[in-house]
Order: sequence, then structure tokens, then C-alpha cells
Amino acid sequence: MDILYLLIPMSVVLVFVIGAAFWWALRGGQFDDLEGPAHRILMDDDRGES
Amino acid sequence: MESTYNYKVVRQFGIMAVVWGIVGMLVGVLLAAQLIWPELNLAPWLSYGRLRPLHTNAVIFAFGGCALFSTSYYIVQRTCHARLFCGSLAAFTFWGWQAVIVLAAVTLPLGYTSAKEYAELEWPIDILITLVWVSYAVVFFGTLAKRKTPHIYVANWFFGAFILTVAVLHLVNSAEVPVTMWKSYSAYAGVQDAMIQWWYGHNAVGFFLTAGFLGMMYYFIPKQAERPVYSYRLSVVHFWALIFTYMWAGPHHLHYTALPDWAQSLGMVFSLILLAPSWGGMINGMMTLSGAWHKLRTDPILKFLVVSLSFYGMSTFEGPMMAIKTVNALSHYTDWTVGHVHSGALGWVGLVSIGSLYYLIPRVFGRTEMYSVKAITLHFWVATIGIVLYIAAMWIAGVMQGLMWRAMNDDGTLTYSFVESVKATYPYYMIRLLGGLLYFSGMLVMAWNIWKTVVGQRAYDAPIPAVQLATHHA
Repeated sequence: MDILYLLIPMSVVLVFVIGAAFWWALRGGQFDDLEGPAHRILMDDDRGES
Repeated sequence: MESTYNYKVVRQFGIMAVVWGIVGMLVGVLLAAQLIWPELNLAPWLSYGRLRPLHTNAVIFAFGGCALFSTSYYIVQRTCHARLFCGSLAAFTFWGWQAVIVLAAVTLPLGYTSAKEYAELEWPIDILITLVWVSYAVVFFGTLAKRKTPHIYVANWFFGAFILTVAVLHLVNSAEVPVTMWKSYSAYAGVQDAMIQWWYGHNAVGFFLTAGFLGMMYYFIPKQAERPVYSYRLSVVHFWALIFTYMWAGPHHLHYTALPDWAQSLGMVFSLILLAPSWGGMINGMMTLSGAWHKLRTDPILKFLVVSLSFYGMSTFEGPMMAIKTVNALSHYTDWTVGHVHSGALGWVGLVSIGSLYYLIPRVFGRTEMYSVKAITLHFWVATIGIVLYIAAMWIAGVMQGLMWRAMNDDGTLTYSFVESVKATYPYYMIRLLGGLLYFSGMLVMAWNIWKTVVGQRAYDAPIPAVQLATHHA
């Protein structure tokens, strides 16, 4: 199963990348408000006009 | 130009999703008929073995792919209040992706294949896919970077993970050594190749066929129901739980093969874990309708979206069950697997895409709704009945095949020969063909309805709202 020498390090790298993205989002305040964003997409009127 | 959204590329991909859906599903109907009447293998380039990869590539990458491009470009613009980054690159993703599809439609029937399931295209096309995909990532993440809203809506996280993961999957799995212009060999061999192949194969299911379509679900269900998603917190948990746990489910495709036993068991355990985030997301989408269930009675677009979620729930329950080794001993290599795939593909991926396109298409052509709401209702019922016939037939056929193959006489010999199980499957193949025909004819109704909606309409690019909504970050 030599392929694991590729797959396992790749998974570890990916987990760190995902972890970094999560850390960035958390520190950047992406999850400070977990109610507003759900409502905000509804305030965007996207009806086509003609 | 910067004052309007780029709807052109959304329109192009949206229309082509319907066109390729019809082509891919027509090939599927032909294949279903060939299994009943083998004499329909009229020419080498019309034979089952060559058309089967054409069918899977057409429905997954052409129909599903165009639907994903279209909806992700729409959602990222509307939720970021920003025009797509680099319009010419976005145009390249459209024409490049159409070129990939046309090349696939020519090379696969001619017999050019790398023989890797769901990655059959030969190396020159693989390179083109890579170019298009990198451009897609630049356009998508570039748009996120220039967003005018501080928050990144959860649907964009799903699309972003889908784009990045598919890039990694494609690069690793399609590593190959070219021999001639149209022939290459995989960089891996034997069981190593099998492991890479299903690491790719199942993660393609998880990220191409799930994460991206969950992005659609989290935007279009709230918009169509005019309700905020039941729990935004749960949608964030759903996203991170899904992407942290997905990567190792692939070995369940290799139960009872040369793959080491522990790797098979690992794949089984990770597949079972996936039930939790999947059902969390499914319940979250469903509960968005709480207090608005009455809308389901009159709104066929909502019917499409909600029923797609119930198929998502069904197939994400069925999948982990089939990944259990003792269950897999019965189901593996039978038509149950085909039924499971189509429960996910026709039910989840198909219905959520169709519902989203019915929402999207009138809006990007400057109309408020589709030409005929009755035709959408008709499409919904034809498609749903088609799916039920299809998957029920394949469930019964699959369990029957599994039981016949393992049946033994007292003296240890097999009770049935293989061909006896094939013969016993004929009635179910007929029902499956009928189900597929119904689903396909629903797509024709959709094409007519879309034609009536867009014909004579001017190209329409909606203005970007000037005043940004205030948040406590701003």
C-alpha cells in the first residue's frame, strides 16, 4: 500500500489547510453573527424586471 | 459595467445545463433499452461500453457541471454585491467547459478512454479541464475577495470547497503518462490505482455532487420559501463537519477486494460518520419550511427543492448502510448500487438543479417567473414518479440478484447460474426504462417552458444595489 505515502500526507496537509481556513474565518468575525446573514439574503430583491 | 451583475455567463451555463441534461438523459434511456434489447448495440460507437461513460460524463459534468457554474456565479454575485471578477476569464470557463463536453462526446464513442471511472477522458482533455478549473477558481475567489459585504454567505463556502477539492482530486487521479496523442497510462498500478481511483470517485460524489449542490440548496430554498434558513448556525456546523470528515469514505467501493482489510474497515467507519452531517443539513433545509408548509401545495419550484432534499436524506442514509461490509456483501456489483446512485443523481442532484434553474432562468432574462407554472407542476410529477419507478425497480432487482448469487445447494454448489439472475432481472429493467423515460420527458417539458420564457427577451443584467446593508462589522 505504497499509495498511502501519498494519500495520508495529502490528507494531513488538507486538514491543516481546512483548519487554517476555519481559523481565518473565526478570527475574521465570520461567525460572530449567526442570525443576520440568513435574513440578509432575503432582503436582496432579485426579481427580474421588464 | 461595474454597476451591473454579470448575468451573461449565468444565462449561458443555465441554458446549456438544460441542453446537456436532455442529451445525457437520452443516452441513459438508450442504455437502459440496450440492457433489455442487446440488438440495439447498432454500431461500435453506439455500443453499451462506449456510451455508458458518455452518459455518466454528460449528466455529471455537462448537466451537473453547467448547473453548478450557473448557480455559483449567480449566488456569489448576489450575496457579495459584486460583479464577477474578470469577465473574460468567466467567459473562458464557459467556452472551455463546452469544449471539454464536446470533446468528450466525440472521443468516448470513438473508444478513446483512460478507463478510469468518472475520469475517462484522455490526457489532452484533462489538461483543458485543469485550465478551465483554475480559471473557475480565480473567478470565484476573485469575486469573494472583492465582495462589498463583510460576511461570506454559507452557500459560498460550499461552492469554494467544491472548487478547491475537485481541483486536487482531478490533478491527483488523472496523473498519467501519455504514450500517443490519444492514449495514456495511469501513473498508478494495481491496487494502488484502485485506491486512488475510489479516493477520487467517492470524493467526486462528496464534493462535485454534494457540496456544490448544497450551496444551491442553502440559497434557493430560503429564497423560494422567503424564509431564512432554519438554523444558520447548523448550516455552518454542517459545512465544517462535512469537509473535515469526508475524505476517507472511498475504500467502501473496494470491499472484499485486494485492498487491505483495515483500509476497507476505515472506509466503512468514515462512511457511517458521514450520516451525521448529511442529516443535519437535510433537516436544516427541510425545517426552513416550518411555518410555510402551505407553500408546498401551490409552489412547484419549492416542491422540486424540498423533494430533492428528501432524496438527499434517503441516499445519505442508504449510502452508509451499503458501506457496512455485511450489507455490502449482498449489494456489491448488483443493480442496488445503480438504484442508490440514481436516487442521489435523479432525486437529489437532478431535482435541486431543476428547481434552482426554474428560479434562476426567468430572473436572468428580466422576467419575474417562468412562462408556465402548470408545466413546472407537470414536470415535477413526471420526474418524481419516474424516480420512484427507477429506484424501486433497481432495489428489488439488486436484492434479488444478491440473493440469487449467494444461494447455495446442500452440496455446496451454486443454486443459480449467473445468466439465470440476468433473466430474472428483465421485468425490472423494463420498469427502469419506463422510469427513465418519464424523467427524460420531464426535461423536454422543461426545455419547452424555458424556450417560451426566454424567447424574445432582451439580455438582462440586474443593477448592483448601491447602498450596502449595514452590519455591526461595518
